[in-house]
Amino acid sequence: MKKVIIGNHAVSYGVMLSRTQVIAAYPITPQTEVVEKLSELCSNNKRVKLLKVESEHSSMSACIGASMTGVRTFTATSSQGLAFMHEVLHWAAGARLPIVMVNVNRAMAAPWTLWADQNDSLSQRDTGWLQFYCETNQEILDTIIQAFKISEEILLPSMICLDGFFLSHTSEPVDIPLKKDVDAFLPRYKPKYRIDVNDPHAFGGVTGVNYYFEMRNQMQEAMDKAKNVILKTGKKFKKSFGREYGLVEEYHCDDAEIILITSGMIAGTSRVVVDGYRRKGKRVGMLKVRTFRPFPAEEVRRVLGKTKKVAVIDRNISFGHSGIFFQEVKAAMYNEDVLNRPPIFGYITGLGGRDVTPDIIQEILDYTTLNTKPKDDIIWIGLKR
Amino acid sequence: MNFKVPKEEYMFPGHTACPGCTAPQAMRYVLKVLGQKTIIAMPACCWSTIAGIFPYSSLKVPLFHTAFPAGASVASGIKAGMEVQGQSDVNVLAWAGDGGTFDIGFQALSSAAERNEDIIYVCYDNEAYMNTGIQRSSSTPWGAWTAVTPKESPESHPKKDIVYIMAAHRIPYAATASVAFPDDLIAKMKKAKKIKGTRFFHILVPCSTGWKFSPELSIKMARLAVETKIFPLYEVEKGVKYTINKIPKGISVKEYLKLQGRFKHLKEKDIKFIQKRVDKEWERLMDRANNRID
Repeated sequence: MKKVIIGNHAVSYGVMLSRTQVIAAYPITPQTEVVEKLSELCSNNKRVKLLKVESEHSSMSACIGASMTGVRTFTATSSQGLAFMHEVLHWAAGARLPIVMVNVNRAMAAPWTLWADQNDSLSQRDTGWLQFYCETNQEILDTIIQAFKISEEILLPSMICLDGFFLSHTSEPVDIPLKKDVDAFLPRYKPKYRIDVNDPHAFGGVTGVNYYFEMRNQMQEAMDKAKNVILKTGKKFKKSFGREYGLVEEYHCDDAEIILITSGMIAGTSRVVVDGYRRKGKRVGMLKVRTFRPFPAEEVRRVLGKTKKVAVIDRNISFGHSGIFFQEVKAAMYNEDVLNRPPIFGYITGLGGRDVTPDIIQEILDYTTLNTKPKDDIIWIGLKR
Repeated sequence: MNFKVPKEEYMFPGHTACPGCTAPQAMRYVLKVLGQKTIIAMPACCWSTIAGIFPYSSLKVPLFHTAFPAGASVASGIKAGMEVQGQSDVNVLAWAGDGGTFDIGFQALSSAAERNEDIIYVCYDNEAYMNTGIQRSSSTPWGAWTAVTPKESPESHPKKDIVYIMAAHRIPYAATASVAFPDDLIAKMKKAKKIKGTRFFHILVPCSTGWKFSPELSIKMARLAVETKIFPLYEVEKGVKYTINKIPKGISVKEYLKLQGRFKHLKEKDIKFIQKRVDKEWERLMDRANNRID
């Protein structure tokens, strides 16, 4: 059934279709509609419990407690809320709990802002969570259903990111799958390990130097395994629902002389710009990075190894260095055999929700065309001087 | 006395508490009442190590170690998980120290109490951050030495009245208890076990390492805290009905303070000040118990 819904409601439908059993949440703009809709969908439903807690630290902690008992759990947050969760994000991943969370990307204060950029979720890069960046409301709903399956197989939590307002509050047609089809794709969660009064164990206790290192190695192994699990799950999803997303998506990359690297909703705008260039016979392509963790380094190398120039668009910044996707893409190109190493241009734009229009993307492509290589690690686009 | 402590043990003989520590006794008595169908959520506290270093556990019930501020919120999540699986009869016990209750875990605790989560929350109180090496908390009594309140400038604030605060949430049950009065502790835990909603216990656990007294005096110290009215035994039902469970002998506070190195620097006038304050607090408690206020 197709419905025209906002991104936040696509989240809520995805969560309910996944037969989530415990949800804990705290409101923050622009995430609120996720939980409002869930409250409506959960009312009078004894199979799901929605805890309305007093903070994001507690919403994630409640998810951790519930997930330990072996039930499917979900929360949603944004920006400051995600930062407030930081401590327990590590805890969820370290305890190997398959919690699924939506983060509606919103820039960090100070100063206060409600608008989108990716510094909130990218600041949580090293917590051990899988990170997906979505381009459309359909992809949001589909990714939630897939994320439960992926996380439950590899035992690491998943964070699904969508651009605040640009996706969270924009209505798009979304195909909402039938419950019976989702049930067949995503069976009930059967935990390998859980807290159980009939089989008592202690979890998360103090470890000495003899164990911790190996446990961290196991988390990295799970992340490595996640790449194949994401691909396998995506293929299975396509069989049932006809849509596939992968770790990355190549758009006219095969013969491209310049490849734009994008994530989130900027990928959607970039498609339109790439189409325009193609109509003029210009060989421009786009590589959309969907999974930031695990990072699709092999795919990046394979695609970029054939092109002449690369333009990375970052709606984020690591102060004192450069754009975060830019750093990761550059790092992927080093220490491995690649056919060639094209110059990589790092563009920072759209921080704090400033619109990234087709004109902005065109400016990025023009700059990349005119210059043989970047002069600096950051090229600011759309900045008022 | 014909009171019998239940025979069942839910702790193994080995644990890693300091000699003279009374925190294991508190756990032992509580579990004797709650039994095998209990899950513990435990934020950082002395018990994080008393429970045993991975892969060992000194407990026969399942235990989940959690982040410092997260005792009540993780317990809420565990309860929700058990309920949706049709296992509402499992006791969910949040077990936290004074730091994890009075300070860093207070926000989550207040929220769980406000929602009247069906959990039992036990604060075993040793009156400072003992696991990190004796730093003051908002449970540390006035005048006490700790590693961050040296004898030249000892603790200058009174202990937070946590039971009064929890009772103000109008939770069905809140109580104090002592390891020196296991009959009272066990009777109250039995009563609490039958109640649905948030049940809060404040158990004083004297700490020979942090309070600086000889380990064999631990239980005596717990008894003196009650008998001097410093830590009276009482319960509060539905936030308003106060019952004093044991009328203290009213021994002078000096008898309690003088045995502890953390109060060694106190002068006669300081002890008088403490006595005055304890007497005043006792009057307030009696007023509540006699329905003269509230």
